[in-house]
Amino acid sequence: MCRGARGRSGFHRFFLERFAGCAVAAALAIAVPMLLAAGAEQVSDRVVLHLLNRLAFGPSLEEVRQVKTIGVERYIAEQLDPDSIPEPIELRWRLAQLETLRLNPVQLRQLYGPLRILRGFKPNPELEKAQRERVRIILRDASEARVLKALLSPRQLQEVMVDFWFNHFNVFSGKGLDDVWIGNYEQQAIRPFVLGRFRDLLFATTKHPAMLVYLDNALSTAPGSPGARGRQKGLNENFAREVMELHTLGADGGYTQEDVVTLARVLTGWGVNPPDARVFPGHAAVFEGARHDYSPKVFLGRPLQSSGKGEGEEALDILARSPATARHIGFELAQYFVADEPPPGLVERLAARFVESDGNIREVLKTLFASKEFWESKGAKYKTPYQFVISAVRAAGTPVGNVRPLIGAMDQLGMPLFGCLTPDGYKNTEDAWLSPDATTRRISFATALVGANPKVAGAARAVDTGRLEAIFGSSLSDATRTAIKESPKGLHAALILGSPDFMRR
Amino acid sequence: MSNEDTSRLIVVLLRGAVDGLSVVIPYADEAYYRERQSIAIAPPGKPDGALALDGHFGLHPALASLLPLWSERRLAFVHAAGSPDPTRSHFDAQLYLENGTPGQGTTRDGWMNRLLLALPGPRGATDAISIGSTVPRILAGRAPVATLPLGPNGAQPLPIDQPEIANAFDRLYAGNDDLAKSYRQGRAARAQLIGALSKERRIADNGAPPPAGFPGQVTRLAQLIRRHPAVRVAAIGLGGWDTHINQGNHNGQLADHLRPLGEGLAALARGSGEAWRDTVVVVLSEFGRTFRENGNRGTDHGHGNVIWVLGGAVDGGRVCGNWPGLAPTQLYERRDLAVTTDFRTVLATILERHMRLGDRELEAVLPGAPPAPQNLAAIIPG
Repeated sequence: MCRGARGRSGFHRFFLERFAGCAVAAALAIAVPMLLAAGAEQVSDRVVLHLLNRLAFGPSLEEVRQVKTIGVERYIAEQLDPDSIPEPIELRWRLAQLETLRLNPVQLRQLYGPLRILRGFKPNPELEKAQRERVRIILRDASEARVLKALLSPRQLQEVMVDFWFNHFNVFSGKGLDDVWIGNYEQQAIRPFVLGRFRDLLFATTKHPAMLVYLDNALSTAPGSPGARGRQKGLNENFAREVMELHTLGADGGYTQEDVVTLARVLTGWGVNPPDARVFPGHAAVFEGARHDYSPKVFLGRPLQSSGKGEGEEALDILARSPATARHIGFELAQYFVADEPPPGLVERLAARFVESDGNIREVLKTLFASKEFWESKGAKYKTPYQFVISAVRAAGTPVGNVRPLIGAMDQLGMPLFGCLTPDGYKNTEDAWLSPDATTRRISFATALVGANPKVAGAARAVDTGRLEAIFGSSLSDATRTAIKESPKGLHAALILGSPDFMRR
Repeated sequence: MSNEDTSRLIVVLLRGAVDGLSVVIPYADEAYYRERQSIAIAPPGKPDGALALDGHFGLHPALASLLPLWSERRLAFVHAAGSPDPTRSHFDAQLYLENGTPGQGTTRDGWMNRLLLALPGPRGATDAISIGSTVPRILAGRAPVATLPLGPNGAQPLPIDQPEIANAFDRLYAGNDDLAKSYRQGRAARAQLIGALSKERRIADNGAPPPAGFPGQVTRLAQLIRRHPAVRVAAIGLGGWDTHINQGNHNGQLADHLRPLGEGLAALARGSGEAWRDTVVVVLSEFGRTFRENGNRGTDHGHGNVIWVLGGAVDGGRVCGNWPGLAPTQLYERRDLAVTTDFRTVLATILERHMRLGDRELEAVLPGAPPAPQNLAAIIPG
């Protein structure tokens, strides 16, 4: 909810919808140490901004008012239960226009994948070129959906967690058929699980054709197996290594090169169905037994009991439930939500909660949001380019027409959406993003955004400075306030969004 | 700008681990053809074969644009070089390559930033350049680093270049914190470098735009150092080397990545004019790839690799290092090219003999770097 154009009546209507749908939220009590004493109406501006800087992509005026009305605890409880929050009809309508998001991987490949030779008909180069143009709509739809939701969805924590988990389980749209599957990967393998169980995320991403292609497991084959031929003659270690290093245990998680090879053998045959497959028609990702290594295996010191497809699932279960994974995820969550160098005590508590709750992400986040460390870390994080661009538009309340200029701004700032080539995903630390070029470009973006330059943010009017002052006024640093006072009025909005205060969250 | 020492170091990081055995090909080792059925490159003299370097090694044919530099002895290779740390994690290995302390992830700054601090004289805002919009670990640290996305639109004017906007933000960023410092560095870098680039662009190339991608970026870098020789260090990262599948041989995926790299390096040599004399370029990657081809016509993460050293200050035309061989017992863990030269030794040679660091400074930049053997030291006559 951050549309500046929305009038008061819309705002009230939104509130009525909200209150009708969130009985569940009230039942969830969260201990927020420093806030217990304060009634909801006394919540300070700084606390509200901190909350919205971390659980949301920064504040909008409407959300600031909302938190002040319902209180911090209730806001957190609602955000942890996103289905209780109705989505605005306008957002739903705009998402409904993005038709490629509703297709399954098989349909996507049929409609947008490379043209194939059919009954002797060979596509000519012009047709192939036209098809390569056509496939671009997938990335456009995926990007538009992501940005619209980040800007407009009141389920902000869900969108924040999509950013977090997509980078944790990154795939790159430029690899093989991933240009066809990138949007579906987010819809099917990431979104449904962002606040659910880690194991489900791990299984969904591992079994999605986009991941199987991205990290080459689709071709990994037991040497000498009946299915070993052509390009798929032997093992490929890529996925097995990254699933342990990046997705689960972490680089210091205690596995060896031998475990990498073993896991690669365990996962042989987890691949992608050819378009004309007779078995499992309609499924893009399949387990192909003919390429699997059926020999007995010892993984991370444990003999595996199952065989075939079940063996891979057994190995993934071991990884999902390992204490090293709990620590790794605890560290990453604390780094994303608290500080670049997260407090070790907090990481330990998150890891413990992860283990106790069998990888329940919602429970781990509850612990995090109730922690002293979380509330004591105001402004400690430097925004990534994605967070900066989204938060600037939300704060400004700029009507969001065409999102492409925003996506272009992310490119310019070195963080193209769905464009991270490497499987570690984009970092969210200051040392990765703070640079002289970043600072001058962020300022330039903010200036253009509030100056209503249609090339930069599709804005149709200059931004209301009063709105920004209502959001940030009392929380800006003295230095920033003084500098603004000494500058021409026409630059005030640009100075707020281009201020050091706004670069951080 | 100062007319003092203008020795210059440019580092090209090939992120993702390039297959060094396809860059400088040990065609005289028969194991090479036995273990790389579909990805080997034919020996010199055969169709699409390697380009002869010496009696043992050949250059990938997609790097033909570097042959003139080789014959002028401005290009050398150090084979079987790499990290003493055994990790096969891209991310850990890149961290060690960049922080210069293998095995120690806790070193926060990059060795190129420590190099800047070790160079005598006051440090200007544009002595160090990261080509791109972010500062990679290798350049991170206390000394200021300018970031320059040298893409086709990198030098286009921004709102911050307008005086009335700049004045207001100058007041906002007058403090002494990291953000304010980065702001001032950004303003200074834009003023100096964008100016130099746009002037240069009008003179050079008769208005023809530089090519896209890496060749274009380094063509602009060359223009910059020609006009602005105070640039002492620069770094650029290139991705796309992680060839687990369909690596290709004389053509294909790897060849398509090597070609623009070679063309770009040749353009850098041609385009930097007088400044080339004082320049050394090092091309390195976090580790090598498996000696044996994997089951998908690709290669997995390995160990030893080849380091490229080129520049006007190089006495090259040779493949240095201590070749360990490719027999099973000669391989590292029976699967990868062994490391016989620590990458820090190669860098330390350049820092000592080209950038003129003393022992103490060298120890601060690359602590514990093993000393260079004679044949390696000779590539930088100093």
